[in-house]
Amino acid sequence: MSNTGFDLRKYQGFFAMTCLCLFILYAPLIIVMIYSFNDNASITRWSGVSLRWYFDVFNGPESEKFKRAAFNSLTIAVMAASVATVIATSAAIGMVRGGNFRGKALSFGLLSLPIMVPEIVTAVATLIFFSTIGFKLGTLSILIAHTIFCIPFAYLPISARLQGIEASFEEAAQDLYANRWQTFRHVLMPIMGPGIVSGFLLAFIISLDDFIITNFIKGAGVETLPTAIFGSVKQGIKPNIMALSTLMLLFSISLVTLSYFVGMRGENRNSSQKT
Amino acid sequence: MANTAVSLHSVSKHFGDFVALQEVSFEIADNEFFTLLGPSGCGKTTLLRMIAGFESTTSGTIDLYGEEIGSLPPHKRPINTVFQNYALFPHMTASENIGFALKMLGWSRSEIGARVQEMIEMVQLEAFAERAPSQLSGGQQQRVALARAMAPRPKVLLLDEPLSALDLKLRQEMRSELKTLQRETGITFTFVTHDQEEALSMSDRIAVMSAGAVQQIGTPREIYESPSNRFVADFIGETNLLEATVTAVDGQRLTCALAGGSALQALAAGAVTQGQKGVISIRPEHLRLSQDQPTDGLTLEGRVLDIVYIGTDSQVSVQLAQGPVVRVRQQNSKAGQETLAVETPVYVALGGDEARFLTD
Ligand SMILES: Nc1ncnc2c1ncn2[C@@H]1O[C@H](COP(=O)(O)OP(=O)(O)OP(=O)(O)O)[C@@H](O)[C@H]1O
Ligand SMILES: [Mg+2]
Repeated sequence: MSNTGFDLRKYQGFFAMTCLCLFILYAPLIIVMIYSFNDNASITRWSGVSLRWYFDVFNGPESEKFKRAAFNSLTIAVMAASVATVIATSAAIGMVRGGNFRGKALSFGLLSLPIMVPEIVTAVATLIFFSTIGFKLGTLSILIAHTIFCIPFAYLPISARLQGIEASFEEAAQDLYANRWQTFRHVLMPIMGPGIVSGFLLAFIISLDDFIITNFIKGAGVETLPTAIFGSVKQGIKPNIMALSTLMLLFSISLVTLSYFVGMRGENRNSSQKT
Repeated sequence: MANTAVSLHSVSKHFGDFVALQEVSFEIADNEFFTLLGPSGCGKTTLLRMIAGFESTTSGTIDLYGEEIGSLPPHKRPINTVFQNYALFPHMTASENIGFALKMLGWSRSEIGARVQEMIEMVQLEAFAERAPSQLSGGQQQRVALARAMAPRPKVLLLDEPLSALDLKLRQEMRSELKTLQRETGITFTFVTHDQEEALSMSDRIAVMSAGAVQQIGTPREIYESPSNRFVADFIGETNLLEATVTAVDGQRLTCALAGGSALQALAAGAVTQGQKGVISIRPEHLRLSQDQPTDGLTLEGRVLDIVYIGTDSQVSVQLAQGPVVRVRQQNSKAGQETLAVETPVYVALGGDEARFLTD
């Protein structure tokens, strides 16, 4: 930056603008986090610090519902993200290493379209699709839908990583008597590893977090954590929701941090190779 | 040839409309140190990649010890490559890299261990065996790459400019080391370089390439002393190229007329007819300078244009009275040598056997 003579800090109001943006972004979250430690049953009146709502999440009247929903969310997220990661990895290898084939641009478009399509449209379309073919709505329908819309999110970091890997590693492996599978297993996958982990974690969070599509196709009686929270909030916001939200936030942040460090490790290893 | 390692029969390679290699044919003998030498972009890497199996041939066939290998994928060819950028696996240690091929070939753990140890000793990397490639210097990485490619005892080892990333001193050390390794292991080496000094000092035979075609194949001495065409003479070492026309043919001995009219004896590199135009190539070290007109042999008159001191030798540029500038290489150590100065009139003398008439 400095060599262009462009210094952001010299612009008047830059600091104020930054503060405003950060405030708008994070104030609600911070308020939720603070009030999750409130000792009061009202969500607006502060009456001292306590962990009672955290106990309430695990032992209170709604705890059974939340536990079941959390279990659903986690199993669906793990399975959907796993399948999506496998598909995304194959897709990335085909797209990045497959040379120039007809319909490559189209394939890329189709792969990334789900990110661009408004989620409500996908949700309605998925619902119509499931009911047209007479598919019973429930855990399985959620799992299928999550797997599908997680693929593009897993694809992006994986293909980005693969693009940064020189093809000469794979050639060297083949030259040293590794067949296609061994080349993938012993060379490509370990080097791509950080990208695959990032892709998996991203897909996992997207699945864990999804509300709109899940809400449309979950069927009666099946809840994931977001739909359970929504259901609970409809009857009035209680502080236990804040505690639960704070827990989910911490969980997401740890996953993102983990993904970041995994990515960093890969970067270091790759860049020091080039010397 | 009974003991031919690799033979290429009219191999061509097209990339779309671009012809990267045109009808290349040659044979590499068993145990030979064979070098592909040519300027950048002449198709050396492409040729090597076709032998390794990474690139298909557009036409022509490649045989390995008498068997066609064109349809075999790289991992089924008993040929290994030392890549130009080494391509060491970043997630494995030096010894894991070296043992990789053996693992793929299904060797037992103890066999792999013994062979890896042997290779590490061969390239003198005992202290670095457990390091990751990123923790090794360029020269050490190069040795790992070499050991990795030689560990499975390939029938042919391909080396694509393996020394180009090293500094000058290390490059010179590695030259003799590579040559020794090749002699001791008896593996057929196919070595690619655009550095003629490297090629001349290491090879049993050299194929000089230009623009997708082989120009000449021969021992370093043949290539240097008897270039078969203008490109080879110009590319290998230094030479003076004088435009000339053949005026008389007597077997291999020709009489030629230079552009300025002087007559010159030269040897023909191929079939030549009277009246043919071409160039006469004379190496700078084959020309002699004197200030008095020599009584015998062929002499050309000129004056000194420039003198460059290069240690044991000096290179003198002489503007011929009629015609071009020629470069002459003279030893400096001769006692009582006449000192030349710029603008001094001199005579340039040469023997007829050292001038070669070449065409394009
Ligand atoms: N995949 C490809 N597609 C199109 N053209 C190619 C391809 N690979 C090589 N070429 C062309 O073929 C020619 C020969 O390339 P090659 O890499 O064999 O040259 P080289 O002799 O190894 O040169 P250098 O000494 O610079 O490595 C070049 O003009 C190059 O642009
Ligand atoms: Mg090359």
